[in-house]
Amino acid sequence: MIKKDLFIIMKQETIAENIMELTCTSPLTKQMTEPGQFLHLRVDTSEDLLLRRPISICDVDVENETVTMLYRIDGKGTKRLSLKQPGDTINILGPLGNGFPLEATERGETALLVGGGIGVPPLYYLSKQLTERGVKVIHVLGFQNQVNVFYENEFSALGETFIVTADGSYGEKGFVTDVIKQKDISFDTMYTCGPTPMLSALQTAYREKRLYLSLEERMGCGVGACFACVCHVEGDTTQTLYRKVCTDGPVFPVGEVVL
Amino acid sequence: MSRLRVELPGLSMRNPVMPASGCFGFGKEYANYFDLELLGAIAIKATTAEARFGNPTPRVAETTAGMLNAIGLQNPGLTGVMQNELPWLNQYNVPIVANVAGTEIDDYVETTAKLSQVENVHAIELNISCPNVKQGGIAFGTIPHVAAELTREVKNVSAVPVYVKLSPNVADIVEIAKAVEAAGADGLSMINTLLGMRIDLKKRKPILANGYGGLSGPAIKPVAIRMIHQVSQAVEIPIIGMGGIQTAEDVVEFMLAGASAVAVGTANFTDPYACPTIINDLTQILDDLEVESVKDLIGGAGKNATSTHNGTRFR
Repeated sequence: MIKKDLFIIMKQETIAENIMELTCTSPLTKQMTEPGQFLHLRVDTSEDLLLRRPISICDVDVENETVTMLYRIDGKGTKRLSLKQPGDTINILGPLGNGFPLEATERGETALLVGGGIGVPPLYYLSKQLTERGVKVIHVLGFQNQVNVFYENEFSALGETFIVTADGSYGEKGFVTDVIKQKDISFDTMYTCGPTPMLSALQTAYREKRLYLSLEERMGCGVGACFACVCHVEGDTTQTLYRKVCTDGPVFPVGEVVL
Repeated sequence: MSRLRVELPGLSMRNPVMPASGCFGFGKEYANYFDLELLGAIAIKATTAEARFGNPTPRVAETTAGMLNAIGLQNPGLTGVMQNELPWLNQYNVPIVANVAGTEIDDYVETTAKLSQVENVHAIELNISCPNVKQGGIAFGTIPHVAAELTREVKNVSAVPVYVKLSPNVADIVEIAKAVEAAGADGLSMINTLLGMRIDLKKRKPILANGYGGLSGPAIKPVAIRMIHQVSQAVEIPIIGMGGIQTAEDVVEFMLAGASAVAVGTANFTDPYACPTIINDLTQILDDLEVESVKDLIGGAGKNATSTHNGTRFR
């Protein structure tokens, strides 16, 4: 029943503008086998920052009991988190939520992994696991501009990788959807995580495909009790059915929830 | 007899700690984290006559030492709660407090009449103070004679004791408390959230989709303590205290102010193990304070600490 521990920080460094790479250790990492799940971090014990911060799992070394998270410094909580040093501890709850279904893609098939901004990190652990299962992976990763780009080499080591920037300062210019079309990328399954407009565009364009989307929503508890992160169910005429992003998701198959 | 046991109308509690309504769902989520029988009671999420989806998202915003929420009473409705939630909770030997909300008196009466008949519902908590929906009962909770009328109507149909959950968003909470006591309320729950707001600087818009929301967490604790202290000296019925409780020390403070039991809300979101941790720490606090029983704390800081308001009637 215990899913909470004080994780010890092993390493923390800046890898792109306002993007931090944080590696921690705890025996709880042995439970982190499902890509796409998230961790709920209590930044410190102060009362001014009361709520936990949901951060996706980027990579796990189960054998050495380490987990890597990438996060963007975006407010008071993440700013304070970025000041923590190796040897410090963080109160972490998790793993939480339901991740990407690996079994949706057969050995020998092709999976297209599409990420946007801070939605890119969970695709790395997914890509590693798909690759280990004999799935061919292609990545299309979108960023605002060159200074925001991270993990290009890491993804490239696993499969073909296209970097897209909104201003064209690095890689392809435009949106991830443009690049998928321009490069005429064919695939059997698409897994995606990123801002809602990007997910919505992908859902519209590839509704008939095997598509799994990881949603972001402001959370309270992260365990399904507060009903803060709910979304409507597609086709529900009563408008009362819902899914919780924290416990039913964050990953949903195409067409299940209203974006 | 356990040092932590308290007895309130309808609620025989092994300890004075229950999760607050709206902060614990219907218990299923937290059953993944600890044994629910550790709790003194469980106040389940508000039930309305019909199922409600609630407000648009974002529904929560962090504040300094607190949070704003505008969930909007999302719940599966009376039928859903009776068919899917309460039978599941029956596997646990814990008193259940069913929180009832509505938009009209008839909603409250219908929902209470049915819910109070369910075997494992030991008390009704009348939600006349939700600030997050246009007709979330707040109109009932701000006018003394209206609150009294609703209480009377609900008491007429309830098979179990009725606790009225009071809003802090009023000029004189004592007046409301006295009115619902006179109308037959068996106890009070206080306080509900304080109406608040936060604004996104870049968007120049409220952070909550609903605009305003209910402030909870340790930021409101002093307000809750003050109101409980005031009300406990003006009424004879027991009070379930709530508002920013995070630790066993907070529980002691609420009981000294006049609460006979407490409910833990936002702390469950910060830490799903908050309730069992608080309960576990309570015995040590009693030792530290050289107090034999939690019952001896009730009303201990009241002006009339030696009168009936010290809680002797509710031991």
